[in-house]
Amino acid sequence: MPRTLYDKLWDAHLVHVEPDGTALIYIDRHLVHEVTSPQAFEGIKLSGRKLWRAASVLATPDHNVPTADRDKGIVDPVSRTQVETLDANCAEFGLTEFGMADPRQGIVHVIGPEQGFTLPGTTLVCGDSHTSTHGAFGALAFGIGTSEVEHVLATQCLWQKKSRTLLVRVDGALGKGVTAKDIALAIIGRIGTAGGTGYAVEFGGSAIRGLSMEGRMTLCNMAIEAGARAGMVAVDQKTLDYVKATPRAPQGAQWDQAEAWWRTLVSDPDATFDAVIELKAEDIRPQVTWGTSPEMVVSVADKVPDPAHAPNPVKKSDWERALQYMGLDANTPMRDIAVDKVFIGSCTNSRIEDLRAAAEVARWAAASGRKVAGNVKLAMVVPGSGLVKAQAEREGLDKDFVAAGFEWRDPGCSMCLAMNADRLEPGERCASTSNRNFEGRQGQGGRTHLVSPAMAAAAAIYGHFVDVSEVLQ
Amino acid sequence: MKPFTQHTGRVAPLDRANVDTDAIIPKQFLKSIKRSGFGPNAFDEWRYLDRGEPGKPNENRPLNPDFVLNQARYQGASVLLARENFGCGSSREHAPWALEDYGFRVIIAPSYADIFFNNCFKNGILPIVLAADTVDRLFKATEASEGYALTVDLAEQTVTTPDGEVIRFDVDPERKHRLLNGLDDIGITLQFTDKIQAYEAKRRQEAPWLFQ
Ligand code: SF4
Repeated sequence: MPRTLYDKLWDAHLVHVEPDGTALIYIDRHLVHEVTSPQAFEGIKLSGRKLWRAASVLATPDHNVPTADRDKGIVDPVSRTQVETLDANCAEFGLTEFGMADPRQGIVHVIGPEQGFTLPGTTLVCGDSHTSTHGAFGALAFGIGTSEVEHVLATQCLWQKKSRTLLVRVDGALGKGVTAKDIALAIIGRIGTAGGTGYAVEFGGSAIRGLSMEGRMTLCNMAIEAGARAGMVAVDQKTLDYVKATPRAPQGAQWDQAEAWWRTLVSDPDATFDAVIELKAEDIRPQVTWGTSPEMVVSVADKVPDPAHAPNPVKKSDWERALQYMGLDANTPMRDIAVDKVFIGSCTNSRIEDLRAAAEVARWAAASGRKVAGNVKLAMVVPGSGLVKAQAEREGLDKDFVAAGFEWRDPGCSMCLAMNADRLEPGERCASTSNRNFEGRQGQGGRTHLVSPAMAAAAAIYGHFVDVSEVLQ
Repeated sequence: MKPFTQHTGRVAPLDRANVDTDAIIPKQFLKSIKRSGFGPNAFDEWRYLDRGEPGKPNENRPLNPDFVLNQARYQGASVLLARENFGCGSSREHAPWALEDYGFRVIIAPSYADIFFNNCFKNGILPIVLAADTVDRLFKATEASEGYALTVDLAEQTVTTPDGEVIRFDVDPERKHRLLNGLDDIGITLQFTDKIQAYEAKRRQEAPWLFQ
């Protein structure tokens, strides 16, 4: 019987199936960070259990780490305790950890792929919803809660019900300045934040094939914002080339064995999905969110929607509440919205390709005598990992940013969720390359507009949103 | 885990869609390394007028009079009535920990985000899915009569209203069994140790690079 990619990954990991279909599946890889793990380790200790396979874990602190003056340590004592607790647990249980001072430290979803810890054909989990990112490699990757973190540590398995499958196909060529981030936002705008609930999503079509691995990671990262637990892209030559260059890639005969299997990790041509959605790449313009949910999104050339035109009463009151929180009037052109801060970073958009796209705008600005606009109080660039940072510095991107008035920081989650010192103050408006524009996400009372890295950089230079595809012409 | 069998409790209505886990428990409280004590900071940004911080006493903080859970008539509520896609966003299990610590044992909504839904069952909270129009009706009834309470019976899979209407709900049989008996997932899984080891041995052959 023809199978989808998801079916193949599922079948390859079945340990036991109950009569009602609930399955025990084996977990190959487990990423751990400081926020969702302390209670899991505590549970293991209290019950006197052992870890099933410590070598399956890679840990790093990312949410609480400072992005400036790192040599001074973490000032906030509560944050510091959490990071120290991770260090202590990793030492006690013999886990590989890239600690705060390690040059390989970074956001879990950036370092997994970078190290070749994330591999095609694996099941990969993390106590973090954006674990869907790793599906870009033809892996089954999803976020779990802390009880399940403990469960995986103790048993190497999880109880799961098989999801339904959704194919999101994007065909055609992307226009200039249109990126994987814009595809992701356009999809969420179309199907809504619950549109993918209960589904494992595969992204396919010529526009997806055309994306780099970084772009595919951005797309799978945002699958969770459409409600899907997992997003994935089939394995192709790009996947193999990317993996081959990583430190943990299989070597020699094992590579050949791995490659032979990985090449089969595509949906069979006649496999059927429970649902299919199609988009045309040509129709997607650079996107900007206007509200407090990623589905509240329009093209930059559009206006803030009018609640009077909402499809139903529940949406109408949601839109009204969102506009009030965001301090926006209906029908305002998106280009007229001025920003106070700009954040380029997060597990969605902090990889080298993202930084290159933003730096191109910064370079153009500096060359034409422009800088970050006067009304922008802070424009910060936060690389996703120490290795991304080093690569960017080798390419001179840091200098491009600094010359144009951006701040160049150390790696971590930073203002994506403001658990460290980087945050919005009440009422501040931010162009952000992160993934969530929820109320208070970037700081209490803060107002977030989600955009691509190039769009964020352009907003920094102009002080308001602009269509980056026009700027770069 | 605490077993869940039957529960009767006052209902509190939270009338907005897409309530995310950042709203249920804001990120600054995630710095705790404990499982308990999140209740006073549940819905912190909506509930209080000032900014909450871990370790800051909550007793004398100014309450937001407009937030529904602060109304006198909903004090002591243990059944939360919510709208679609409740619990979306981050995977933080701190969200069900906060709701449980606040006193909620049951949530009723037309739909939930996946991870949150799953996390509830691990923490003795029963998330019930009812049709949107039924939920709508319950919102109206709750708002219309002070002290409105519902009785939930997990074994029977029923919600009973004060005037005796019985509403049936679906629940996954395996989850029901575990919640009814308060079973520990890890304990159950470790009964499959032989199977896990057998799988692992096979996988070592097929994908040795994963075991380096
Ligand atoms: S960058 Fe943001 S979304 Fe990604 S793991 Fe960190 S906090 Fe979560």
